[in-house]
Amino acid sequence: MQFILLIYNAENNGPQPGTEEFGPYMQGYVDFTEEVKAAGKMLAGDALQSVTTATTVAVREGQVQMMDGPFAETKEQLGGFYILDCEDLDEALAYAAKIPDAALGRIEVRPIMMFD
Amino acid sequence: MDMNSLTIRLIREDWGRILSSLVARIGDYALAEDSLQDAVVSALEVWPAKGVPRSPDAWLLTVAHRKALDRIRRGATIESKADELALWLTQHHDDPEDTELVIPDHRLELMYTCCHPALEEKSRVALTLRALGGLTTEEIARAFLDKPTAMAARLTRAKKKMSAAKIAFKLPEPEDIQLRTDGILRVIYVIFSEGCHASNGEMSRENLVNEAIRLARILCGLLPDHHEAKGLLALMLLSDSRRRARRGADGKFVPLEFQNRETWDHARIQEGVALTKAALQAGATGQYAIEAAISAVHAQASEFALTDWAQIVALYDLLYRQNPNPVLRLNQAVALSYVRGPEAGLALLSTIDGESKLQSYQPYHACRADLLARLGQREEAAEAYRRAIAISDAPEMADFLEQRLNAIETI
Repeated sequence: MQFILLIYNAENNGPQPGTEEFGPYMQGYVDFTEEVKAAGKMLAGDALQSVTTATTVAVREGQVQMMDGPFAETKEQLGGFYILDCEDLDEALAYAAKIPDAALGRIEVRPIMMFD
Repeated sequence: MDMNSLTIRLIREDWGRILSSLVARIGDYALAEDSLQDAVVSALEVWPAKGVPRSPDAWLLTVAHRKALDRIRRGATIESKADELALWLTQHHDDPEDTELVIPDHRLELMYTCCHPALEEKSRVALTLRALGGLTTEEIARAFLDKPTAMAARLTRAKKKMSAAKIAFKLPEPEDIQLRTDGILRVIYVIFSEGCHASNGEMSRENLVNEAIRLARILCGLLPDHHEAKGLLALMLLSDSRRRARRGADGKFVPLEFQNRETWDHARIQEGVALTKAALQAGATGQYAIEAAISAVHAQASEFALTDWAQIVALYDLLYRQNPNPVLRLNQAVALSYVRGPEAGLALLSTIDGESKLQSYQPYHACRADLLARLGQREEAAEAYRRAIAISDAPEMADFLEQRLNAIETI
């Protein structure tokens, strides 16, 4: 069963590039990614660029509307994700708790809809 | 007892065990529950005519299997493993009349599943009452003063999440066991508290107390070495032993001090005290076991004045160290006032009177009023009683406080 682990955090919350803490923080992600790969759970996973680069698109009455910025203006933004192949929700939740940003922001765990 | 109520009672006793066994076999909780419900409908039709089968639980399980197969064939479920499941069910097609299969007990897995932290707390409570208590959706709705449609929607949502998000029907991993078991205890305690707060004597709500005790008994049977579970069961039995005494002949609230101790339920006290001892001797140090110990001290005092207050003060210290909650200090202040006098009680109260939440907490003002009255400070006491009365949400409590206020004003 596939789960997506959505990583939410405020962009200025946590170690910033150029600080001493940034290295160990990023190493946390390298280690986590290694762990899920080695366990054969990793299907995909990436970090996203800052929300200042986001564009939101909608089509209304045939017209494409574009808006600078993310879909929702909230403090905590989607910053990255993993898609993991897990036995059940407990396993997905256990992995979610190991993502470095779980200690800073929040991880939303959602099962992926399967059409078969 | 007529046939129908006999059938319903039989089914309710066995519901959790049969359901858990069914979920273990077919994997899908919602399908299992619907199928067992179908089997119950059949039982209510067949048993009155043909008599109750030799082993009613095996009959229900077998018929529920068959109903599950029907449901899959009708496409009532969109489970992708439906074909596989249908095949399995066809191969395990027993005759309900001559079967004597042993039903494996999977109620523990069912408890962990229903109390899964990925579900909302109120849904955990409702699911547990439905799945293990065998209560109907209507009964659960009535107990929580909800509309049946709202409760049904809540249960449907929870069951959908169980299946779609794959909340597995299994025992938790060893590293999670403690937290997850605490979660079950909490759900049982929430059910109990809901029942206790049924102040106007609504039967459907008071039944929640019995349900909580029943669930705790089941859990203690399934986890015989879990001492906090024993502590919880003990706490509920001891607290419930005073249920009748809390209400006077006129239906009014009677506090511990003025209760007729003859009317306490001594069977519950005996069982509760024995369980408390067993839990504490086995090393239980959790909230429920210590609260049970406090309740046991009260239960063993033949009159209010003979209560071992010093021990209660010490037990509240233990509780406060685990959870520095001002309400615990408040209760401790009452106990302390009987050991070292009302001044000592007031002094302890003054250490928490900066807590803003306490200002809107009725027992805080009632307790201060009582301590002040015992010191002879009538005006301050009357003022504290008035504040307590103003924020009482239970009318019978307000009546009781009103009486106390009148008593000091007419001296």
